[in-house]
Amino acid sequence: MSEPVSALNGASFEGLVTLQDRGPTGMITLRGDLAAPVMAKALDKALGLTVPDTRRVQPAKGVSKGQAAWMSPDELLLILPYGQVSSVCANLSATLEGTHHLVADVSDARALITVSGQDAHVREVLAKLAPVDLHPAQFGPGDFRRTRLAQVAGAFWMPEAGQINVICFRSVAQYVFDLLGAAADPAASVDYFG
Amino acid sequence: MSTRLATGGRLLNRGKQVTFRFNGKYLKGYEGDTLASALLANDQMLMGRSFKYHRPRGVVASGAEEPNALVGLGAGARFEPNQRVTTTELFDGLQAESQNHWPSLEYDIGAVNTYLSRFLPAGFYYKMFLFPRAFWKHVYEPFIRMSAGLGKAPTKADADRYEHFNATVDVLVIGGGVAGLQAALAAGRSGARVLLMEQTAHWGGRAPVDGGTVDGQPVDAWIATAVSELETMGNVTLRLRCMGAGVYDHGYVLGYERLRDHAPEVDGPRHRLWKIRTRQIVTATGAIERPLSFAGNDIPGVMLASALRDYAVNWGISVGDRVVIATNNDDAYRTAITLKELGLAVPVILDARASGGGALADQARALGIRVENGKAIAKVKGGKRVTGVAICAQAGEGGVLDEVACDAVAMSGGWSPVVHLWSHCGGKLIWDADQAMFRPDPEKAPTGADGQPMVIAAGAANGAMDLALALADGDLAGRAAAQAAGHMPVTGKAPVAEQQIEAPIAPVWMMPQGATYGLRSKAWLDFQNDVKVSDVQLAAQEGFTSVEHAKRYTTLGMATDQGKLSNINGLATLAKSLNTDIPSVGTTTFRPPYTPISMGAIAGEARGDIFQPLRRTPLHDWHAAQGAYWEPVGHWRRPYCYPRSGESHFDAVSREVKQTRASLGLLDASTLGKLVVKGPDAGRFLDMLYTNMMSTLPVGKCRYGLMCSENGFLMDDGVVARMSEDTWLCHTTTGGADRIHAHMEEWLQTEWWDWKVYVANVTEAWAQFAVVGPNARKVLEKLGGMDVSKDTLPFMQWAEGTLGEVPARVFRISFSGELSYEIAVPASHGRAFWDRLMQEGAEFGVMPYGTEALHVMRAEKGFIMIGDETDGTIIPQDLGLGWAISKKKEDYLGKRGQERSHMVNPNRWQLVGLETLDGSTLPDGAYALAEGTNANGQRNTQGRVTSTYHSPTLERGIAMGIVLNGPARMGEVIAFGKTDGTEVKAKIVDQVFYDKDGVKQNV
Repeated sequence: MSEPVSALNGASFEGLVTLQDRGPTGMITLRGDLAAPVMAKALDKALGLTVPDTRRVQPAKGVSKGQAAWMSPDELLLILPYGQVSSVCANLSATLEGTHHLVADVSDARALITVSGQDAHVREVLAKLAPVDLHPAQFGPGDFRRTRLAQVAGAFWMPEAGQINVICFRSVAQYVFDLLGAAADPAASVDYFG
Repeated sequence: MSTRLATGGRLLNRGKQVTFRFNGKYLKGYEGDTLASALLANDQMLMGRSFKYHRPRGVVASGAEEPNALVGLGAGARFEPNQRVTTTELFDGLQAESQNHWPSLEYDIGAVNTYLSRFLPAGFYYKMFLFPRAFWKHVYEPFIRMSAGLGKAPTKADADRYEHFNATVDVLVIGGGVAGLQAALAAGRSGARVLLMEQTAHWGGRAPVDGGTVDGQPVDAWIATAVSELETMGNVTLRLRCMGAGVYDHGYVLGYERLRDHAPEVDGPRHRLWKIRTRQIVTATGAIERPLSFAGNDIPGVMLASALRDYAVNWGISVGDRVVIATNNDDAYRTAITLKELGLAVPVILDARASGGGALADQARALGIRVENGKAIAKVKGGKRVTGVAICAQAGEGGVLDEVACDAVAMSGGWSPVVHLWSHCGGKLIWDADQAMFRPDPEKAPTGADGQPMVIAAGAANGAMDLALALADGDLAGRAAAQAAGHMPVTGKAPVAEQQIEAPIAPVWMMPQGATYGLRSKAWLDFQNDVKVSDVQLAAQEGFTSVEHAKRYTTLGMATDQGKLSNINGLATLAKSLNTDIPSVGTTTFRPPYTPISMGAIAGEARGDIFQPLRRTPLHDWHAAQGAYWEPVGHWRRPYCYPRSGESHFDAVSREVKQTRASLGLLDASTLGKLVVKGPDAGRFLDMLYTNMMSTLPVGKCRYGLMCSENGFLMDDGVVARMSEDTWLCHTTTGGADRIHAHMEEWLQTEWWDWKVYVANVTEAWAQFAVVGPNARKVLEKLGGMDVSKDTLPFMQWAEGTLGEVPARVFRISFSGELSYEIAVPASHGRAFWDRLMQEGAEFGVMPYGTEALHVMRAEKGFIMIGDETDGTIIPQDLGLGWAISKKKEDYLGKRGQERSHMVNPNRWQLVGLETLDGSTLPDGAYALAEGTNANGQRNTQGRVTSTYHSPTLERGIAMGIVLNGPARMGEVIAFGKTDGTEVKAKIVDQVFYDKDGVKQNV
């Protein structure tokens, strides 16, 4: 079987910040009653995850590389290594069998771009594109936002200071990459976040 | 003449000379000049021509309110018209051209209009250009277009870049004068996140020019201290050259930052549009001085008193050796005193107040200046510049008492707080009769999402005209804003300044108060749009009593300056003409932006490659490498056809169709929408959304479905596949994926919120390819891994498996009438899978085909296309799709709409096929002609073409269209009108032109 190819195929860019396509990444849309005990059980069993708080991303306990991001009151986005997606989908479906839920593999429907560099610059680049308060007091490590990047839907989270991971739809990956590149023009620094 | 003084100019760097060009002439200025001050330094008093009468005009103000001195700035791809010289910072190499004249600024032929002014009264266009009717298009409009208009439009694409920036703060302070600085200090000390923006390049507003002491030190020293304290606060952001452009609902504010206008050689974006979300806004936007309405008040050299003072103090400019001052208030005396102290002559101060001024007047007299109380300017003498004034009594009609020679006139009609930003989002004003001004009504502030006030006006913008009052007001505003934003202000003393007691202003709306018609028709209200006192009076006489109507009738305040100088004088004149008071006339509406902002700033980053998102399928690069001719479909680009070297698009489409029908064609159908609908109520939900039954569809089967709006109109179609007991996959049109997803969510969230259904849009997770033609099955068999035989996978079924080692879903559906499979593979394997198909298909002469071949083949089969056969007014019944409407279902979206009387009218046009008698291709959209004409004298019609193509298979034109009683008129020949006036005859036929029995797709 052929190797999976991401939309940006490993592209990178250096400017005010560094942009890096993260390549094929596992992503699962999980919809259901987030408060139900069976949901907690399914997440724990499949990836050692718990339900994240509102607008937060929750890394897994232990060895699992999975993360759960809050998308809406009845939707999570699970982020995990590409190769684990089908087994995790099956695992989730098995636990949630009989309850109203939806598990969809959306790995290939998305692109994941890492924006890294000076923390203030990373915030600034995103603030040019998204109507989000990126002040450190309002958005820090573990925070997740489902928002808009200029003219398209997008989401991002901050795994640690100086890094923001951006998710968009696959078809507009190049557009988002180009947007971020334009916003990261070294001559266009805003010097707003300190 | 205007000239540079030997010393002075607090904003100048006399160590750095700067060269610039005005109308081709090389001139010199200093770093720190504005274009206005640099032009004045070079005795360039004449800066432009007025809009209507082409009168010579010079600069009248020193800031954003300037109406006259507009220029075209830059050249080529960096040219921009209508730029105010007062807000243009000088830089080396600046190029400016004056506007609205021919052949030159000095000798403008259009100035003849000024002698015709009697024939160009208010509402002139409305009155004169009505008759004869044909004259509008051929005489009046071309003439007006030639003579009217200020700047020229740029001819080249803008070379600069722009960007947006989102910022969220607790307190936004607009205006960096003393009140704004103090407000920012008070708010900043509370710990609130504060953004302070100032439209000019300097802090302090006009306080350094007007002088005074704060806490015992000169005001400019206090400003420097305040700025450095603010700079040390981590929670405060300061921005110069950043204008508060507009205040909108819920604390949303646009800021306009001019990053490179003063330094175009520096790399980086030219403008940045700040999109600010704030809890509280302090508008410390200052005040604008009003002109006085006397005859000749527009002659170059007549300026606002404050502007004359600014030019002298800030840029070391003398506008003339002898300056006459006309005023109705004490503030203008400051100009007289300043000029006198600089060694210039002030022959006379004409104070319209019978009782004269206060302490400042005494000071002026002490300097030896002649002060005349109760006197006015009868008229200003001069043409392209001031030569003198005729003096009269303010109380009279303009009888000349004396004449005084002078080079410039400084006028002051009092001050108007800049209430624009306060008013943008609903803040109301009150008339302050004592100060003769509209100022913000603190009881009626704009309110935010919580119903609480979100804007606080401070300083001069709030009517606090004195330094001491402005500082105290700014302090109060900053504290109140911080508190309203949830921060506790720290206790502490506000800075104290010495208050200067001034004699009261006397409102003067006409000078002299009984001016004759002759004088009134030379007394300008709106300099930019050439509106005079007599025009407003005429409008009132003719019944335009509402201020909004009078504004539009006379064009008062409708120019690029939006009446910053003319507004109050105009409505006061209107009030007087209507014999009513100013508050009952009211103001016109203040709308954003405060001053014009660039189109580039509004567009932001959206230009070039990122003008719009371009959606790409996993095969995008492959298509491009094949030289695909693109067709935009929504934000996608799809190959229309793949022309080979030297091949026309028409020939390419014919080749693609023929090869697909003869052997094997491939289509990238990845853009088709794919929505997963899952849950215990999913079947019931889909039965409501589609006109036909989806709940009864067995697992593993596919069904074509139609979706209608509530009104019954056909909005989307596609094949639905049942994936499992509780899961369906709904295919939508390419352009419909997001719209139908939103449609589903809307019904689930607002109407059937208790139904257990989840929808996910997985469109982009899959690369989907149509493998079409008699050899389609053979190529899949070569790939191997799944049984795609007729018996295992019959028409309208689907299966999941591994095809050529790639996980795949295979749908046995056909939009071409051929043996056809649509194969969905994970998008990340799409390109590799396509390459395999091309490789294995080589022996069958496989060809990729584009959207046009797709359209031709579907039309040959009589299949409808959303957007061709539908246009938002078509119901399925019009298209002979009654078979796809369930008669068993109690309800579905659109059912009741389709039962309305107009929808069941048997005379609705119905879908048929059309064959031209001569084999030609009908023009798209052509109407079928009927006998006679309608009430408008237009030819009656009885149908129209909805799809029309040349069929390479049948080697003739084929078309579909909707025709009155069409299905009952098979074989009848009707005529279609062409745009060249000729007609083409076509026979009504069945719309299935090819393989009517479906033999070919069902093998």
